[in-house]
Amino acid sequence: MTAELTERTYALSHLDALESEAVHIFREVAGEFERPVILFSGGKDSIVMLHLALKAFAPAAIPFSLLHVDTGHNFPEVIDYRDRTVDKHGLRLHVASVQDYIDRGVLRERPDGTRNPLQTVPLTEKIQDEKFDAVFGGGRRDEEKARAKERVFSLRDEFSQWDPRRQRPELWQLYNGRHAPGEHVRVFPLSNWTELDVWQYIAREDIELPQIYFAHQREVFRRAGMWLTAGDWGGPKDGENVEKRLIRYRTVGDMSCTGAVDSDATTLDAVIAEIAASRLTERGATRADDKLSEAAMEDRKREGYF
Amino acid sequence: MTTINTPAIDTTAIDTLRFATAGSVDDGKSTLVGRLLHDSKSVLADQLEAVEHASRNRGQDAPDLALLTDGLRAEREQGITIDVAYRYFATPRRRFILADTPGHVQYTRNMVTGASTAELAIVLVDARNGVVEQTRRHAAVAALLRVPHVVLAVNKMDLVGYEEQRFDRIVQDFAGHAEELGLPGFTPIPVSALVGDNVVERSAHMDWYAGPALLEFLETVPVGAENVDAPARFPVQYVIRHDEVRYYAGQLVSGALRVGDRVTVQPSGETSEITGIDALGTPVEVAYAPQSITVRLADQRDVSRGDMITAGASADAPTLTRDVRAAACHLAERPLRVGDRVLVRHTTRTAKAIVRDLGGATELCANDLGRITLRTAEPLALDDYADVRRTGAFILVDPADGATLTAGMADLS
Repeated sequence: MTAELTERTYALSHLDALESEAVHIFREVAGEFERPVILFSGGKDSIVMLHLALKAFAPAAIPFSLLHVDTGHNFPEVIDYRDRTVDKHGLRLHVASVQDYIDRGVLRERPDGTRNPLQTVPLTEKIQDEKFDAVFGGGRRDEEKARAKERVFSLRDEFSQWDPRRQRPELWQLYNGRHAPGEHVRVFPLSNWTELDVWQYIAREDIELPQIYFAHQREVFRRAGMWLTAGDWGGPKDGENVEKRLIRYRTVGDMSCTGAVDSDATTLDAVIAEIAASRLTERGATRADDKLSEAAMEDRKREGYF
Repeated sequence: MTTINTPAIDTTAIDTLRFATAGSVDDGKSTLVGRLLHDSKSVLADQLEAVEHASRNRGQDAPDLALLTDGLRAEREQGITIDVAYRYFATPRRRFILADTPGHVQYTRNMVTGASTAELAIVLVDARNGVVEQTRRHAAVAALLRVPHVVLAVNKMDLVGYEEQRFDRIVQDFAGHAEELGLPGFTPIPVSALVGDNVVERSAHMDWYAGPALLEFLETVPVGAENVDAPARFPVQYVIRHDEVRYYAGQLVSGALRVGDRVTVQPSGETSEITGIDALGTPVEVAYAPQSITVRLADQRDVSRGDMITAGASADAPTLTRDVRAAACHLAERPLRVGDRVLVRHTTRTAKAIVRDLGGATELCANDLGRITLRTAEPLALDDYADVRRTGAFILVDPADGATLTAGMADLS
């Protein structure tokens, strides 16, 4: 009873199809918005975003600037990578600093020392001050259950809030970016990518990454079932023993809540083999902030988190 | 993330199937999706642990696989699915992108959304109830959106004693509706999502069924519907200017373009010749849908975002018209009325329009399927949606607040 397909067909490979889709999204934003910006943390997803944007507008320069939300608890390797990348491509970098908000007394340090939840206000105010109307994020729908319901174009109010019940239906590849003054649109070009896709694409395109993504010796201590890097941010506490282990990072974020995994994967191929065999999601393995509750990500998204 | 037993760094051999699921509230759709993810080993330890934990909190003994797909707090609290959720999984043979759409009648718009990019739709029925009003509605949406393949999954076969006659009656019944709706064909599969019959593994309980298990079918159904023989359609997204050269950037949404092709720019009708194509950094002689490319033309034409470059015989040209007739699904809570002023978003072009007619009705309400006639302020280069989905599709947008109002599928015949 199945209909026969008689036409000759041409199927793009999986990675080519994802790449083409992401480039289409970047170009739509360039065509429809006045002041787009790419959220760039120096993590692998934002690095892949930048790579795709460079390809989308070659041979010309990309018509966007970069924005880094700096928690003050950064891995030095990542900040170094960020600055080299900005120089290499002649980009403009904006920084929204959580430390600055804490110093001014606008935000207060949390008892657990975690600064991820503190990023929302500096991010939102920077978007408002700079009048950014489209903000690219590296969020992927495979990361988490609330993100699985996110649109490619996600409308945010002046407080950056996400209302899952008021999302616009998104059909075909017709992205609707209309917004009122003060509102903006979060755009997720990697929506349909998985963690493995990102790594396979990095390998195929030979994209440089910060070294902390590969196995190295590091002084770490155990907290809430994760290996955290010892540092000025407030770890370790009494009773938490520092030890030297062979580890790597699967995600890159605030040092206080991004855990390392035991790994001997020193090359891209070894990392890909490790991920393919992993029995944990990357957030489950490495993010303390997502373990707060069943709806932790949903709540942070509603408040204007990425 | 996905699980693959052997890491495949060379992914060139692997393609992707985008599919959508639809079912009524109690057809067990979330369970089916959960089973598909679980039995294909796409659910990872921490996700399963979270589901087991949540199931225990609700006083259930076995993990409720439906909880795998209910992402929002309200969904978990009410035990329903509100919004389209996208799921990703892979087998050694294929990657899958699943648009998991809720089935309540008030959420038809979600199925329309999921089906708009799907190459296959699974319509789920409860074997105890057979084809019901919502089944017909889901079949109608699949037919309207021209989803190339439809699977009729007759679920809960365990609750009807795996009875062949029951299955056959439901298939007969559905076939009648399918023909009426213009659905080109469908593939019926008897399953039990709860027990796992014919989802990933073939069932030992139904030896009268000789066909494939659901996952087996998903792995082997042909994909890549953008066919090379269809007319070339290249909506211009953005003009890249560099060293006095103009590169027209866009995604080829149908057909193929070659260096040397004579092309027409719509809607101006001016003609030119392709002098170069770049596929994201690589110069190529030919490009195929759905590649993102840049194109250079022989003459300095006034081409900008919203224009469409087309190639091929004049018989294959799109229809230039300001009078747009289409099938429609209304998506917004506020009704669409005759006389409304809207914006039409078609490929990369946005034009003003007035709603002239709604198939005789005075208004279209949320989740209504109907017919629409528009008068646009400028000509659109349209194809029949049946011929080319991407250039036959449009959405209507409220000029006041930007809300997406209606989905339209051009019907020029």
